[in-house]
This record gives sequence, C-alpha cells and structure tokens, in this order.
Amino acid sequence: MRFLRWLTGLIILAAILIWIFIHPFNFLVRCLYILLLCSFLCLFRILKGPTAADRAVSVDILGILIVGFCAILCLATGRPWYLDIGIAWALQSFIGVLALSKYLEGRSFDE
Amino acid sequence: MKTKIVLFIVAFIVWLGLTWSVELLSLIVGVGVAILVAFLTSDMFTPLRNKTGFVSKVPEFKQPVRYLWFLYYIPVFLWECLKANFDVAYRVGHPDLPINPGIVKVKTQLKTELALTFLANSITLTPGTLSVDVDKEKGYLYVHWINVKDKGVEGATRIVVEKFEKILRRIFE
Amino acid sequence: MNEIIGYIFIVAGVVFDFFGCLGLVRFPDLYNRLQAATKCVTIGTCGIMFGVFIITGLSPSGIKALLIILFLILTAPTAAHALARGAHKSGVKLWEKSICDKYEEDAD
Repeated sequence: MRFLRWLTGLIILAAILIWIFIHPFNFLVRCLYILLLCSFLCLFRILKGPTAADRAVSVDILGILIVGFCAILCLATGRPWYLDIGIAWALQSFIGVLALSKYLEGRSFDE
Repeated sequence: MKTKIVLFIVAFIVWLGLTWSVELLSLIVGVGVAILVAFLTSDMFTPLRNKTGFVSKVPEFKQPVRYLWFLYYIPVFLWECLKANFDVAYRVGHPDLPINPGIVKVKTQLKTELALTFLANSITLTPGTLSVDVDKEKGYLYVHWINVKDKGVEGATRIVVEKFEKILRRIFE
Repeated sequence: MNEIIGYIFIVAGVVFDFFGCLGLVRFPDLYNRLQAATKCVTIGTCGIMFGVFIITGLSPSGIKALLIILFLILTAPTAAHALARGAHKSGVKLWEKSICDKYEEDAD
C-alpha cells in the first residue's frame, strides 16, 4: 500500500518535471519553474500541517527558497537590484522566525 | 571603546562591499551609519557581568595557530555538509522511508559561548543530526538523530561530537 | 567557461532544494521535516549563490552573493534550533515509532 502511494506520487512528479523540460524556454526559466514547484510543496505543508509549529517550519523554508528565487531572477533578467531584495528578505525572514519560535515557547518578545 | 572602534571598521567594510562605489556622498553616509551602528550595538559585545558575578571568558585571538586551525576546519565542515545532503536525498527518495529517529543526550567539553554556538551549528548541518537544546552548566547537548545507532551518552558522544570537538577546542580554547 | 561551471552549481542547488521540499512533505513528524528541509534547502541556496558569484565575478553582485552565503550558513541552523526548542516546549510529540526521548525525561 505504501509502495503504491509512493509510485503514484513519483509518476505525478515525473509528469510535472517532464512537462517543465519540454517547454521551449531557456535554461534559467526552467530552474525558476522547479523552484516554483518547491514553493507549492511548502504551501501544501502550510495548508495541511497538524500543528502551528509545522506551519512555522514551512514559513522558514519558504523564506530561504525566495532568496534563491531572487538570485536566479537577477541572472535571468540582468537587473542587479534583485540581490538587494534577497539580502533584505533573508534578514527579515530570520528575525520573523525567531519571533515565531519565542511565541511557540510561550515567552514574551523582549527576553 | 576598543570594541566600538572594531565595530566601526567592520560596519564600514560591510557598507563598502554592499554599495561598491567610492563617491563622496556614499562615503559620508557610510561613515555616519557605521558610527550609529557602533554606538547602538557595542554593549552587546562586551563581556557582561551576570547575576552570580561570573564574567564570561573572552578567548585570546592573538595566536596565529588558531587561524590555521580555522582554515583547516572549513573544508572538513563543507565535506560533512555535502555528505549530509546526499544522505537526506537518499532517505527522502527511498519508498520505505528508512528512518529511525530519537533524541539523544551527548556530553561536550567546550565552555565558551562562541565555541558552543559553532558546535551546535556544525551539528545541525552534518549528517542526520539536529541540536535541540543546550545545558550550559553541566555541558550536555540534546541532539535529534534521524538514525539512532547508540542510545547511551558515551557512544552517542563518540559518534556525533568528537570529530568537531577536537578542532574547535584548538580554535577557541 | 565560467558560465558553464556556474550553471552546474545552480543546477546542483536547485536539485538539493527540490529534495529538501520533498522531505518537508514526506516525513512523518516535525523534527524529521526540520532536519531534511534545513540541511538541503540551506546548502542548495548556498549553491545557487555560489553559481551567481562565479558567473558575475568580482562585481557588486558577486560580493552580495558571497555575503548572502555567509549570512545563510550562520543564521539558518540557529533558526532551526530555536524552532525545534520552541516546538518541544509547546508540546509537539515525536513520531510514535521513535527510539528514545532523553529531553522529555530530563525536563522535569
């Protein structure tokens, strides 16, 4: 049963990846598509996660993914200010996750 | 005052790296921002005296041997990171999910806060382990291990901590 | 030549990112998910940034990419550590097939 579920998921993922790779776009846009697929997996865990802590983990991972997204956008469009957005997003996401973890622990923010 | 000057220099170098221009206006703004940062955050880096009168020890950074050991530590760390990635990719892709998780307790000899921070970060980025909490007085670390091989304290310490602890003790203590 | 080496680093980073997010969906409890996601996504994003540094060379963009690598390697394990401790204190249990939980035993 577990093997059957694994096989179904594998077939769906392979179909999505093949669909991405037969599209007539250039190389960096395909990388962007795969990162978009990763973001959708994170959003699935945010929707389904049983506790609040699972959702906090997904938000953390989504923040790091967006930094990589900004870097590939910088190469694909040739505009260097996308990396500034990446730096700012990394800083802000780290502080946000620390605040979330303090909230989970049940303490106040100024400790 | 010494920490303020060091912080000012570090903040100004980061500003130069971020703006990458030597126009007069950006240099003036950079000096202003660096002075502001140095005055606002300098009391976070001085050794504070806490309630029991214990002054946390600041390590000596003047011997060049420590920097050589740090240069040796970087490739070891990167190699372990790469191994960790292939390990996780194997466990994720396998249909039966070959995991065997648990939280174990390991003992460490390191005392200073900087060394403990580096040890916890290294444990998190290496194969199968994630540091959960630190008991600073007794020197224990609680580690979540994805494939528990040994439940006891000594065996887990030998497998998880020892290879980093030898190098980190030479760097920071 | 530089572009080809940079593209190889970017492809490796994207593949590691993908495995990390797949682990986020497949693993059964929070701590395992945190392990897989933190390791793979941090190193994957660092790989993408190193590819950007190799392609653009020593320019403003390259220096910024190196700064992001340093920042991510320092902060991502700290965030994972804080989240794991907060989750354990808020009462999230381990997977039911786990071997042992020494932290729970020592908490009292």
